[in-house]
Amino acid sequence: MLDSTPAALHTGAMPLLQTVGLTKRYGTFLANEAIDIDIWPQQIHALLGENGAGKSTLVKIIYGLIQPSEGEMRWQGEKMVLSGPSEARSRGIGMVFQHFSLFDNLTVAENVALGLDGKESFKDMSARLEEVSRVYGLPLDPRREVWQLSVGERQRIEIVRALMQNPKFLILDEPTAVLTPQEADQLFTVLDRLKAEGRAILYISHKLEEVKRLCDTATILRGGKKISTCNPKAETAASLARMMVGGEIRQVKAAANRQTTVPRLVVNDLSLAPDDPHGVRLQHISFELKGGEILGIAGVAGNGQDELFAALSGERLAQDPGTIVIDGQAAGHLSITQRRKLGAAFVPEERLGHGTAPRMRLSENALLTGHAASGMVRRGFINTAATLKTVDRTTETFDVRKAKRDPEAASLSGGNLQKFIVGREILRNPAVLVVSQPTWGVDAGAAAVIRQALLDLAASGAAVLVTSQDLDELAEITDRIAVMFHGHLSEPMATSEASREKLGLLMGGSTLEQKEAAHAVGA
Amino acid sequence: MQLVLEKRAERSNMIALISPLIAIGMTLVTMSILFAILGKNPITALGVYFVDPLTDSYSLQEIAVKATPLVMIAIGLSFCYLANAWNIGAEGQFLIGAVAGSWLAVKTQGTDAGPWVLPAMLLLGAMGGALYALIPAICKVRFGASEILTSLMLVYVADLFLDYLVRGPWRDPKGFNFPTTAEFDPVATVPVLIEGGRLHLGGIIALVAVAAGAVLLGMTIKGFEIRVVGAAPRAARFGGFNSNQLILLTFAISGALAGMAGIIEVAGPVGHLQPGISPGYGFTAIIVAFLGRLNPVGILIAGLFLALTFIGGEQAQIAMKIPLDVTKVFQGILLFFVLACDSLILYRFKLIFASPKVSSGAH
Repeated sequence: MLDSTPAALHTGAMPLLQTVGLTKRYGTFLANEAIDIDIWPQQIHALLGENGAGKSTLVKIIYGLIQPSEGEMRWQGEKMVLSGPSEARSRGIGMVFQHFSLFDNLTVAENVALGLDGKESFKDMSARLEEVSRVYGLPLDPRREVWQLSVGERQRIEIVRALMQNPKFLILDEPTAVLTPQEADQLFTVLDRLKAEGRAILYISHKLEEVKRLCDTATILRGGKKISTCNPKAETAASLARMMVGGEIRQVKAAANRQTTVPRLVVNDLSLAPDDPHGVRLQHISFELKGGEILGIAGVAGNGQDELFAALSGERLAQDPGTIVIDGQAAGHLSITQRRKLGAAFVPEERLGHGTAPRMRLSENALLTGHAASGMVRRGFINTAATLKTVDRTTETFDVRKAKRDPEAASLSGGNLQKFIVGREILRNPAVLVVSQPTWGVDAGAAAVIRQALLDLAASGAAVLVTSQDLDELAEITDRIAVMFHGHLSEPMATSEASREKLGLLMGGSTLEQKEAAHAVGA
Repeated sequence: MQLVLEKRAERSNMIALISPLIAIGMTLVTMSILFAILGKNPITALGVYFVDPLTDSYSLQEIAVKATPLVMIAIGLSFCYLANAWNIGAEGQFLIGAVAGSWLAVKTQGTDAGPWVLPAMLLLGAMGGALYALIPAICKVRFGASEILTSLMLVYVADLFLDYLVRGPWRDPKGFNFPTTAEFDPVATVPVLIEGGRLHLGGIIALVAVAAGAVLLGMTIKGFEIRVVGAAPRAARFGGFNSNQLILLTFAISGALAGMAGIIEVAGPVGHLQPGISPGYGFTAIIVAFLGRLNPVGILIAGLFLALTFIGGEQAQIAMKIPLDVTKVFQGILLFFVLACDSLILYRFKLIFASPKVSSGAH
């Protein structure tokens, strides 16, 4: 399948953009090594690879954000040196970033105006904004302030902003990571239309089914090198994954006879006002989680998952002690340390700065959550041997790779640091584990280790609550799934019955009854 | 060719040790230029500043005497700064400590009070400093007021309060109208260590503070909490550490040490309460804290070095007619270079040759 894109697919006579031997060096580290890619008009070209494979570096070079160390780019056959993103935009290269650069307190139109280089009046610009969003089916109200909008709507602003410059070539960085399945489908329609208009699209993703369905060509990067350019429709998800990872991915296995026991984490009608004006209010959240069970919480980011984590962990206290019950003890009023003493453990989404202090050593980060209940502190004095032992045990059990025995947290790769953080909590044998985005930005190998560890923990009788935006991950490890939307949590359903369609509807805010009612009316 | 700062994967411990030395070296070079501009021979001037004070016993003792308050205050400040609480008002806490301790000395003057007076004065000094430091801390925790501004402003309040006391209620009736209290009684005076010398008990207390600071920061959970809350506030909250409580704690410790340094200075080398008991110890201690890398042992060394500049400055004024203000210039330049060199701990310089043109729009 190597370099076998059929010529018939190419409608243009020559590639729109070519990179020739593009190399980016940071010190001795090669982020990109001699990468050749041809981007053709009227094609959606996927860029596949794990975190750290060099996708972002490559895209930043193409968008003029960084300069290549060696190699060159050719734009419509001619050599191109970009001095910066504004030159890239003026040539017709647009980009939609994964992390939006929007001002929350400004309106949609103001945000778009800030991102444009043109000199047209604000009024003309607003009119054109409405026109573009209408033509492409990306509805937006230019007068609304960004903080009121959903993540999907915010992404629309970024896309419309890019389209208003009428790009010949559009780069999208993991655009569906924050969308519901239905929103993703709408986006695909827009992308197909852009393609039909003769534009080229570079689509960065690691969701293989999506790439197979949408893209005409796929280039796979691994360790900074190009592994292959192929036709994704002619590949299987497994063969694409093999090229990405460079080997077979370990399959996670749930213990066949997992028993659920008594309720270990119970939440009763938890409501909590946000402490940040743009935060989400938690509203009447109730669920019951038994020992031996894994409950997944799905939902688009920013629907109250962070607030729920803070309330469950005790970083923010609930008004009424009885709203959160850990192993039969009312815990709503207890601090995070007291909850840890009851046997709860927590893994936040953000590894650096929340789960760990980045510039402190691993042994100190073991102490960060272990000081309450594991013999690391005696009469106020730190037992350094005990903290180092935790580091060693975690390293051994979870295969944490690091340069020395006790390095700073920030020096570990994302996957290894995540294994350390999850391992640090699991080795304390928690009764309840609350974990947020367990494998976000983690390589496939580490992700498999972490998911297996969560399954094993549940098999040993603990209750595990997993918040994730990755529906495949939830399908793989959970027993039941609930969906979070605008601070409400849906009734949990068995994972075997949770179709993508059902989950997508709940993530978008409709209830299942509404959907059924709509069907009834339609019939 | 361009010179760029490149982030290191891990902080460099080697640079962490030598960065203060690099800073001192750069300061000496700058000072030499300054001396040359003033028309003095730089070599001779640096000799008078930094070598001559080390050659006789009187100056050596005097360095230890000056280093005592600097080290005590800087140890306390290092706790605050590690916890990301910016106490700039140690000078005020020093003065209030001096006032609080002097109250007992003035009240017991001429009575036959026993040897309990001095320990009680030290305790009062520490309490006075701690309570005074808690004012900006509470304003910060309760109302979110910037502790940098409030602690600094309280310095001037303390200064004027002390001024009022020695000109008014506490003035020595037999003092020819000078703004000063009477000389403290022997039981209210910090004893000297060597008969006829200048070195006094305060030096020992400063060493104890260094040792206690090293143990607290390096070996206890409280010290760990202080370090985490400054380095990664969100991680600290996740660890279950209460940042408001730690702000109050570090301000109280820092105020107590500054206050005790204040009463030691008054009951020791000065002998009575008067305005101008501090040549800016509370501000110079900020430099000491950073030059010592917020590390107790480093602070001890840095404190001795800064004390040397005070003594050297006095000698340079006498021997070479170099204005005393040059000492303050020196200390300011030193702080500047110390903070600048700190970036080398997390970054390294790198020369890049023959890179393509880069426009300012590249960010």
